[in-house]
Amino acid sequence: MSTETVNTDIKMRELMVREALNEALCEELARDERVFIMGEGIAQRGGSYKVTVGLLDKFGPKRIIDTPISEASFTGMCVGAAITGMRPVVEILFIDFTSLIIDQIVNQAAKYRFMSGGKGRVPMVLRTQGGSGNGLAAQHSQSLEAWYYHTPGLKVVMPSTSYDAKGLLKSAIRDEDPVVFIEHKLLYMDKGPVPDTDYTIELGAGDIKRPGNDITLVAWSGMVKRTLAAAEELSAQGIDAEVIDPRSLVPLDKEMILSSVRKTEHLIIIQEAIRRGGVASDIASIVQEEAFDYLDAPIKILAGKNTPIPFNVNLEKACVPRQEDIMRAVKEILNT
Amino acid sequence: MKAYSREFLEQLYRTLYTIRVFETECIKLYRQGLIIGYFHPYLGEEAVATGACAALREDDYIVSTHRGHGHCIARGGQLNKMVAEVLGRETGYCKGRGGSMHIADIATGNIGANGIVGGGLPIGVGVAMGVHVRGSDQVTIIFFSDGACNNGVFAESLNLAAIWNLPVVFMLENNQYAVSSPVEEMSRVPDLYKRGEGYGVEAHQVDGNDVLAVYEKTCEAVDTCRLGKGPVLLEAKTYRHSGHHVNDPGTYMPKERLEYYRARDPIKIARNNLIEHARCTDQDIEAIEQHINQQMEKAIEFGKNSAQPSVEAFLEEIETN
Ligand SMILES: Cc1ncc(C[n+]2csc(CCOP(=O)(O)OP(=O)(O)O)c2C)c(N)n1
Ligand SMILES: [Mg+2]
Repeated sequence: MSTETVNTDIKMRELMVREALNEALCEELARDERVFIMGEGIAQRGGSYKVTVGLLDKFGPKRIIDTPISEASFTGMCVGAAITGMRPVVEILFIDFTSLIIDQIVNQAAKYRFMSGGKGRVPMVLRTQGGSGNGLAAQHSQSLEAWYYHTPGLKVVMPSTSYDAKGLLKSAIRDEDPVVFIEHKLLYMDKGPVPDTDYTIELGAGDIKRPGNDITLVAWSGMVKRTLAAAEELSAQGIDAEVIDPRSLVPLDKEMILSSVRKTEHLIIIQEAIRRGGVASDIASIVQEEAFDYLDAPIKILAGKNTPIPFNVNLEKACVPRQEDIMRAVKEILNT
Repeated sequence: MKAYSREFLEQLYRTLYTIRVFETECIKLYRQGLIIGYFHPYLGEEAVATGACAALREDDYIVSTHRGHGHCIARGGQLNKMVAEVLGRETGYCKGRGGSMHIADIATGNIGANGIVGGGLPIGVGVAMGVHVRGSDQVTIIFFSDGACNNGVFAESLNLAAIWNLPVVFMLENNQYAVSSPVEEMSRVPDLYKRGEGYGVEAHQVDGNDVLAVYEKTCEAVDTCRLGKGPVLLEAKTYRHSGHHVNDPGTYMPKERLEYYRARDPIKIARNNLIEHARCTDQDIEAIEQHINQQMEKAIEFGKNSAQPSVEAFLEEIETN
């Protein structure tokens, strides 16, 4: 559950996701001198998605660092700095390019704590961005969270709202272990309420985005919005869906999903990534092991099509679950 | 200047001008919302691809980048298929599946553009390795820019090509920026050709806005490669006329520098060659330009009139993935 302190003077502001992320970075940089940021075009230009705008002016070039296109090495630098007491945040502009840094994340950052017998820690954050929907084609549109979900030693966080983005990023920076923080390219301009207090959200705490009794819909990142839209339209048709956003995939709020399924007895998991070897399949396997007796129908997975993302806009759209796909699946499962 | 036939100089001019027109017209289509995604114009750098590809044989290879339209055209790519591709149509080079960043033209030996900076470098060295194993004398030109030089694959590729004497021309298009990052801030030695020495790779710098200078240096490099004495690294100094992609206003590019390079516009330089060394008149040149403008108009018509890829067919196609 969220750990923000309840305060009667809290003011809510409508912030874009990118502004909420910027605030999180700003506050953590101010709060902790060990925090610094590296990435391409993040300092002088403020980042391609404008998440780091203004940070250079506030915190200077020693802590807000524009790098050459040397991803493997500047990510590895963050590992080294983290081991020796710093709290680096590294930005890789597209999750597609994290293929270039995967040794430093998977073989180095993820395993250092274990390999050092627990003596060493790697408190770094990899901020990156994924998903399709902007016509950016096969090498700039992938949903690759399963790669990191699969690796012991990493936490994987995927926010869907401004509120969650800020609270989760602050927790990620304060975390003692490496966190892969995956944003969605279509969400940066989405607005949502953000309190003007210093709040954090515990990694591993899911969120019920919409309570309901008839069916559980689990979705994260870019899929939350269309799942909620589907749930709203279904409610007009008398179907009361519960929408759960785990917010972090590792650790996963298993209990929130299980207790919802025990209540609704139906589960659909919606993910943008392709199905094979994906997180949805893993969540399904957990639920059938631990709540099989409560299920009234087989668990359904809606996932991205098993293909590289095409450039053409119609083909691109056809690759990812749409609102109408979600609605159709719900009705099928509920036999309505 | 060496003596060149009027025909050859006209051919160079045609290529340069075609690239210029393709980019200019596509930017218009982009602003109309007809092209989406990333579109990286080659405006200002046309002489590099034109001069380099003119030095190649028909059976040679090129490897391109995210800023790849110029390479494709200079290698003899078809405007119709290029326009159709950037419009996402079924008749495009990649059937609308690739878009601007992924155009490849196997028929002309263009292994393709790449969305990953530096991604083409080892691929190009591998193309040359294949040539070497087959025992043929084909040459591969790998295009890449200053930003890619700071990725590990550059160092590895240079060394690999060097230890096996592979027939590769590393064509470094130093446009002095990686998006907004100036080369002199990203590298202590902005004359990047100097990196060749440490790997034992012959390296030269050339004026990337002068098509004949690029052509002549590339001819020498290609000869060296064909003799089995490759690779060669060529650094062509140039400058973009616009931002990194269509939506980047490029405000970080200092005005005076931009003016300097605009005054040294590769099109102007090639035009002067035609007038001074080939006795072309303004009217002759206008006729060439007119013809290319018409071809581009036709290509846009072709693209616009081409069908969108069928979603049903696509879904069927990926069913067995
Ligand atoms: C590995 C990788 N890192 C980052 C990017 C994002 N990106 C696309 S183009 C570009 C700049 C490339 O600069 P340069 O190599 O000089 O090529 P130019 O754009 O100047 O032609 C960057 C950073 C990418 N596509 N791939
Ligand atoms: Mg460059």
